[in-house]
Amino acid sequence: MMYGYTWDLTTPLTYAASILPILLIGLTVTLQAAAAGFALALVLGLAFALLRRSRIKAVALTTAFVVEFLRDTPLLVQLFFLYYVLPDYGITLPAFLTGVIALGLQYSAYTSEVYRGGIEAIPRGQWEAATALNMTRWQTYRDIVIPQMVPRIVPTMGNYLVAMLKETPVLSVVTVLEMLGLANMIGERTFEYLVPLSMVGIIFLLLTLICSAGIHRLEKVLPKAGIPLR
Amino acid sequence: MNKVLAQQPDAASAAAAPVIEFRGVTKRFGALTVLDDFNFSVAPGEKVTLIGPSGSGKSTVLRILMTLEPFQEGQLTLAGIPYHEPNGKGPFRASDRHLHQIRSHVGMVFQSFNLFPHMSVLRNVTEAPVAVLGLSRAEAECRAIDLLRMVGLADKKDQYPAQLSGGQQQRVAIARALAMRPRVLLFDEPTSALDPQLVGEVLGVIRNLASEHDLTMLLVTHEMRFAREVSDRVCFFDKGRIVEEGEPERIFTAPAEPRTREFLQSVLG
Repeated sequence: MMYGYTWDLTTPLTYAASILPILLIGLTVTLQAAAAGFALALVLGLAFALLRRSRIKAVALTTAFVVEFLRDTPLLVQLFFLYYVLPDYGITLPAFLTGVIALGLQYSAYTSEVYRGGIEAIPRGQWEAATALNMTRWQTYRDIVIPQMVPRIVPTMGNYLVAMLKETPVLSVVTVLEMLGLANMIGERTFEYLVPLSMVGIIFLLLTLICSAGIHRLEKVLPKAGIPLR
Repeated sequence: MNKVLAQQPDAASAAAAPVIEFRGVTKRFGALTVLDDFNFSVAPGEKVTLIGPSGSGKSTVLRILMTLEPFQEGQLTLAGIPYHEPNGKGPFRASDRHLHQIRSHVGMVFQSFNLFPHMSVLRNVTEAPVAVLGLSRAEAECRAIDLLRMVGLADKKDQYPAQLSGGQQQRVAIARALAMRPRVLLFDEPTSALDPQLVGEVLGVIRNLASEHDLTMLLVTHEMRFAREVSDRVCFFDKGRIVEEGEPERIFTAPAEPRTREFLQSVLG
């Protein structure tokens, strides 16, 4: 029994039906972690990309170093560090929040590269026109560069969203009760792993298919020229 | 008055305070010297055309004026403001604030239009007046519609650049530049990217501007007939220097320099 649901091992089908509610509870955790982590990665990645283009050398170099560090160290190491080391320095974060931060930080390193590529793909003439109109760098990013960049980066960002979604089970190592962790616990108690693990696999497959379809749709809907401004 | 002064450019710069003044400006791209000890001044309201072979430095003059390119030596002033600050840093040797001040006096029309593709025509023309000049959207739109009417495109205000022809895009770009109310407007080969049948409409708009406004205009063009018609003064460039300058009638009918004659023969056929 878990979360008030008891399993029924009569047949694989009854077993599956009886543990589905438990896995769906785990699924909501998975979805929340992926959504929050991805939102963080999108915001932080953009900040990193812009800071890396700063004309102040020290800022650009420090950012480049941080991004490189985040990208080149395993997610698991970052996760353990946040969860087990930070409390020694008086910072104790709930497991779920730790997971979201770790996912967000790691993926912000990837998304910042995507943003960077997107920004560099904006033709020079756009920057020059903005300069000739006396717009500041910030105004140029906000109104000219970013709206035009978005349609170009959606496909790659979509891939990272799917990748992050599939990596959320890592959070179970810091006691976040997401879907795979719960399936594993069910297996430990029933000695019957096949059904719960298969279900998790299928649910992930469905999730990524839905995500990919959504991103494909978004690509279709967004005008190639950029987010329209009237 | 401009015509009289134009015959004696040196006297012109002495008589009225020039709005643009290059003194000994040298611009290099690596080992290549694009402008070499360049001296040039423009009186307020003057319409000057820069002609010459490609790579002779004409466009660089405009790009330096628009602060799109820094220069290494010499002095440049616009409306009395020097481009370099005494303790200015970076390639432009000036702070962002200083560059902002310079840019507030000058606008530019590009060969490739460079309209913002994600913005409606109206938004293209109102974007900077709202963001930079701080106008209310209503006021900026009111001004923009007047300008669009002037270039004959008021009915296209809700379209996007991709829906317009090249000539129409360039006319929007002219309206966009004018919306910032510059004292000096730079045209960098404004018709070179256009299909031949669209050149006329753009030249028509520039011609009206030249005859009706006291805007100072600098125009780089290969349209010789047009240059002859609209400008007070024509400057022939070669290898980073002005080889010959003067009233268009004289330059086009009786060029003094052999290089000018050669160039005109090659382009006029």
